[in-house]
Amino acid sequence: MAVEGEALTASGYIKHHLQNLTFGLHPENGWSIAHGPEEAREMGFWALHLDTIFWSVGLGVLFLWWFHKVGKQASAGVPGAAQNFAEWIIDFINDNVRGSFSGKNDMIAPLAFTLFIWILLQNLMDLVPVDLIPYLATAIGIPYMKVVPTTDPNATFGMALGVFGLVLFYSIKMKGAKGFAAELTLHPFESKNPIVKLLFIPINLLLEGVNLIAKPVSHSLRLFGNLYAGEMIFILIAIMYSGGFFLATFGVALQWAWAVFHILIVLLQAFIFMTLTIVYLDMAHHVPDDH
Amino acid sequence: MNINLTLIVQLISFALFVWFCMKFIWPPIIGALDARKKQIADGLAAAERGKHEQELAEKRAKELLAETKEQAAELIAQAQKRASEIVEESKGEARAEGQRLLEAARAEIDQEVNRAKEQLRAQVVALAVSGAGKVLAREIDAKAHADLLDDLVANL
Repeated sequence: MAVEGEALTASGYIKHHLQNLTFGLHPENGWSIAHGPEEAREMGFWALHLDTIFWSVGLGVLFLWWFHKVGKQASAGVPGAAQNFAEWIIDFINDNVRGSFSGKNDMIAPLAFTLFIWILLQNLMDLVPVDLIPYLATAIGIPYMKVVPTTDPNATFGMALGVFGLVLFYSIKMKGAKGFAAELTLHPFESKNPIVKLLFIPINLLLEGVNLIAKPVSHSLRLFGNLYAGEMIFILIAIMYSGGFFLATFGVALQWAWAVFHILIVLLQAFIFMTLTIVYLDMAHHVPDDH
Repeated sequence: MNINLTLIVQLISFALFVWFCMKFIWPPIIGALDARKKQIADGLAAAERGKHEQELAEKRAKELLAETKEQAAELIAQAQKRASEIVEESKGEARAEGQRLLEAARAEIDQEVNRAKEQLRAQVVALAVSGAGKVLAREIDAKAHADLLDDLVANL
């Protein structure tokens, strides 16, 4: 389970499981794969988590390929099983978008769809036994392998920042730079008196600014935190397997129970991420009529 | 747990995925869904129209049937009337014909009777003359008594 050279202790096992396969510019070794958390940290910003990218891009390509295949053969006639399934998902997303998004934008539904399916698939990797893929990877010489991309904050921040960029873009596009600035500075404290109004601007900017910045942070950390904690519990349960017959048996039962419960979290977090995206973008499209 | 270049790669792949989905996945499937929705709506509308048309046709058929029945009844009544008329006419004609035949027969009978009377009279005259002739053969000259005899014949 653990790589040679690393003590097979509980903390070593956990640390090993939480380490990404990092490729980057090391100050001493140059462009290389990090051999441990320290080297990875020394690489700083210029490093790639190869496992995160591999699994997330792989899963993304997989689901896009499948839906593209179905879409190409889609007809208005009696749908086959695959088309039925794809239509069921797309109808579900469409209903959600229509329920939460009041504006008119053809990008929102595909965006929500991509986010939901992509995050769901990435989350579902959590249900693969924690040791299986890392073990296989070690067998072919890859020292670290973290298979759930959404337990890497880079992945969740990447998506949340993408959504945040769209929120900023549509806020300015729909309300104008002036309207957007007004939204940030003239709320929540208002006054008819121009001087008091001027005094309120920095306070409002602080409050609204925090509010605005909190969106992508909470958006990504919610997903990351839930999945990271779920993964952590799987790892902790897996440690029980080496703790004798009774603990191992108990561990099997716990693993099963946690996996069942985790299905809920996996689905729920993907759904929440999608819903929040729709809501944020709806707010960005919403032009207040009292200003 | 380091934030690094992975974030940028994720951001780019996310953008690419959304773009691909928007471009190549969403339109055909949504198009198919919309087309099917339209087909179903059209089908339902057509069914509704068909039902309506059927109702109309049924109504029309009922009307037609009633009309036909009425016409038939009228025709039957006319025919009956005509038949009774014809019967009446024939009866009249037959009666007239019978009368005519009867009269002709009667006239013939009268003629026959007259002829028989004529013959009988002639024979009686001849008989009487011959009888009287036999009786009076010696005293009466046939030529001298011709007026007498003619007068007798006329009175018979």
